[in-house]
Amino acid sequence: MSEPMGFFTDTTVCIGCKACEVACKEWNQLPAENGGVRELSGDSYDNTRKLDGIHWRHVRFIEQFKGPYDGRWLMMSDVCKHCVQAGCLEVCPTGAIIRTQFDTVVIQSDVCNGCRACIAACPFGVIDINPVSGTAQKCTLCYDRLQVGLEPACSKACPTDSIQFGAIAELRTRAEKRVAQLKSQGVAAELYGASPTGPLGGLNSFYLLVDKPEVYGLPRHPELPTANLAKSGGLSMASAAVLGLLAIVGLRKRRMDEQGRGGPGNV
Amino acid sequence: MSDTFFSGAPHWTWLIILYFFVGGIAGGASFLAAVLDWFGGPEDRPVARSGYNVAAVGAIVSGALLTIDLGRPLRFWHMLFQSANLPAVMFKGWSPISFGAWAILAFGLFSVLAALGGMAEEGRLHNPTLRAVGGAVHGGLAKLVGAVAGLLGIFIAGYTGVLLSVTNRPIWADGPWLGALFLASGVSTGTAALILLGRRRGATEQALARLSAFDTKALVVELLVLVLFVASLGSLNKVWVSFWGLILLVGVVAFGILAPLWLHLQRRPVASAARLVLLGGFLLRLATIFASEGIERYRVTAGM
Repeated sequence: MSEPMGFFTDTTVCIGCKACEVACKEWNQLPAENGGVRELSGDSYDNTRKLDGIHWRHVRFIEQFKGPYDGRWLMMSDVCKHCVQAGCLEVCPTGAIIRTQFDTVVIQSDVCNGCRACIAACPFGVIDINPVSGTAQKCTLCYDRLQVGLEPACSKACPTDSIQFGAIAELRTRAEKRVAQLKSQGVAAELYGASPTGPLGGLNSFYLLVDKPEVYGLPRHPELPTANLAKSGGLSMASAAVLGLLAIVGLRKRRMDEQGRGGPGNV
Repeated sequence: MSDTFFSGAPHWTWLIILYFFVGGIAGGASFLAAVLDWFGGPEDRPVARSGYNVAAVGAIVSGALLTIDLGRPLRFWHMLFQSANLPAVMFKGWSPISFGAWAILAFGLFSVLAALGGMAEEGRLHNPTLRAVGGAVHGGLAKLVGAVAGLLGIFIAGYTGVLLSVTNRPIWADGPWLGALFLASGVSTGTAALILLGRRRGATEQALARLSAFDTKALVVELLVLVLFVASLGSLNKVWVSFWGLILLVGVVAFGILAPLWLHLQRRPVASAARLVLLGGFLLRLATIFASEGIERYRVTAGM
């Protein structure tokens, strides 16, 4: 197994050019939406709006304006987090979702049957169906490029190095230095998903944020979907036991009563 | 705000809602048929036979609905076998959708066998092969097959709710009660289906009265679990201030649970109550699925 690889996205230097989105679309030959005739969102300069089966990269625009001269733009190039403990991989019933030698998470399109369990399992809302293939799709962290020693298309195209690709250990060191630098300048910078002891065992695509995770559309405490399995399964079994007992006791009691009255139970 | 609001909707809509409804009825009917077989009297046998018939048809319809709903229906078998490593089995014991796929297959097999046994008993099988298979399922073996079908049935009725809980979606994953709720609803709708069918299949008035008495208890359990489910959502209950909340309150609670309970207690004709229970069971799935499906990640993030 190779060293774990991934992305460190420094949102403070993202300029919202969407070159990463375009590079991703081009390299992965992702189709245009609605035959290329896109409806404008109408309330933002961002017209892609979200990650889905044909948008594996998405630059989120967050406008924070208290008044005409008091505000800021936050921009974040969002992508699959390639979780160390991946919910999608955990629930996938076909084995289509695999962990690669680079510790990334990839959906094999020729195995996926489009059941969509992974979509609901992902705490980040990354995965969706690609209408052309009929299968669930998301960022592969350019698995094909990685296998021949190339950098993923998005980070290669990023003109400000907001998206940095590399070995996770090295990226973490770089990210911590950048946080310290920003904090020394009075910026409230925090890393999201960088800690291997954090939620989901850490994210192989982690972020430097300057506001709460929720502002960027990221859950504060992402969980594996199976966190509910034992409790939900246990309560279902308890409910089955109660109903089973009610059925057995009730049916037998009534039958006994009818037999006592000489009803059909005596037949 | 719950962290579940940042996940994406899986587009489980009408076909899945229908599957949850049909699967619940089939599972509940099979469970009740097995209980009647083991703990009832000879006069309950027509109802038990109907139960296995409902289970068999429901299992086949469920499989068809699930297959049609896939993005690539011809790859349905990828859930059962490793497509790149045949004949290795594909099974994840911790993934409800994975063990559910095997459970539906096994439920289909055992409920069809139990149904064939019942049909052979009634002399309704004309195909020699089916008659031979149905004829073999009698006596002790029939009871055993029925017991397995019943156990698998109660599993099918409940696992659909567990499947929804084992996600990261709003409502579904925000409380642990959905499996228990779907299970109770599956049993009440399965019983209602047997009340409606039993009449045509020669069930005695006493047998129908017993079913009706049990359905009353199942409805009370369902109502209690529904209250616990809603209570477990806490502040998230604001999602019910919507059309789907109205469906849950009026369609499920008022028409689907309280009205049939009242009819049962008033000893009114059982068929009317049974129809209402079926309506309530369908609306329960409709409201819980669509209330969550309607919450889109980017809309929430954008504050829309």
